[in-house]
Amino acid sequence: MDDHLLVIFPHPDDEAFGVSGTIAQHTKKGLPVTYICLTLGQMGRNMGNPPFATRESLPLIRQKELKDACDAVGIQDLRQFGLRDKTVEFEDEKFLADQFLAVIDEVKPTRLITFYPGYSVHPDHEATARAVVRAVGSMPEMDRPELLCVAFAKNSEEDLGAPHVVTDISDVFEEKMNCIKAHRSQTQWLVDSVDKDPAMLAWVKNERFWRYPL
Amino acid sequence: MQLIQTNEVQKTLDQLIGKELYLHLETTNGAYANHNNESVLTVNAYIRNGKVTPLSGKIMGNGPYRVGLKIELGWIYAEGLTHWEIDSEGRLLMAGHDAEGRLAVALQLSSSPFDV
Ligand SMILES: [Zn+2]
Repeated sequence: MDDHLLVIFPHPDDEAFGVSGTIAQHTKKGLPVTYICLTLGQMGRNMGNPPFATRESLPLIRQKELKDACDAVGIQDLRQFGLRDKTVEFEDEKFLADQFLAVIDEVKPTRLITFYPGYSVHPDHEATARAVVRAVGSMPEMDRPELLCVAFAKNSEEDLGAPHVVTDISDVFEEKMNCIKAHRSQTQWLVDSVDKDPAMLAWVKNERFWRYPL
Repeated sequence: MQLIQTNEVQKTLDQLIGKELYLHLETTNGAYANHNNESVLTVNAYIRNGKVTPLSGKIMGNGPYRVGLKIELGWIYAEGLTHWEIDSEGRLLMAGHDAEGRLAVALQLSSSPFDV
């Protein structure tokens, strides 16, 4: 069976910072990755100075960026769920979980990466994470993918301990930076700080995951 | 978008009086406001596709600007507007951006519903 990686996030660029190196390592081995991206990040705030985007043109820009970002790390199976930024938590959680289950059933991932419920700051991240946990939790134990979560709330390490998986992605650093740069409307600040700040560079070169206890 | 020219915006507002329009009104300090600075409250609000008919409308201030629109049962108000454009679909888009180019407030009017 193919070692299929499934990634589920609400915003274009959620995959870039913490996971795109892991994705690139996976696709470089010729293994399949499916990325479910729920929204277009329509309510993003970065419009540039002078502004290059408006509230109405931003989703079109981010759609293109998302495609470029997928190309940068070899994602061939992008599923967009057409939800609206900031509204994920107001959707029916079971409906969302069932949609995730349908994809899980289809691609049969060995690993699933999403945010860690309670430790992912943005309400859309939290709602996505809860629905993923609900979906995976409803599966028979033997069929479940390994559930790896990204946590970045300030109290993450304090509460959850050290990350269970730390992946050095130096071998695909260029692909990762290209993924981050693809989301240029939102990530220019990050690209700048990676260039200037060694701590930031170290942060980008390691991806950290916690296993979620189901 | 361009920096606001009040006379141009005022002319555009004048043309919208009495018309049935769709409103996008938003203010935001970002979903991470409190995450980035614990002394700051994360405050975000938006209305997308409120149906309104302005009875009168004015742009005021020396920049950033304020826009107030009188409607039958009340008011629409936004402060901190810096940029504007009439986009390719003929919609009036106004927004306030901070020095880093981050949107803080938006007031938009369209004769057809905004995408959701
Ligand atoms: Zn996000």
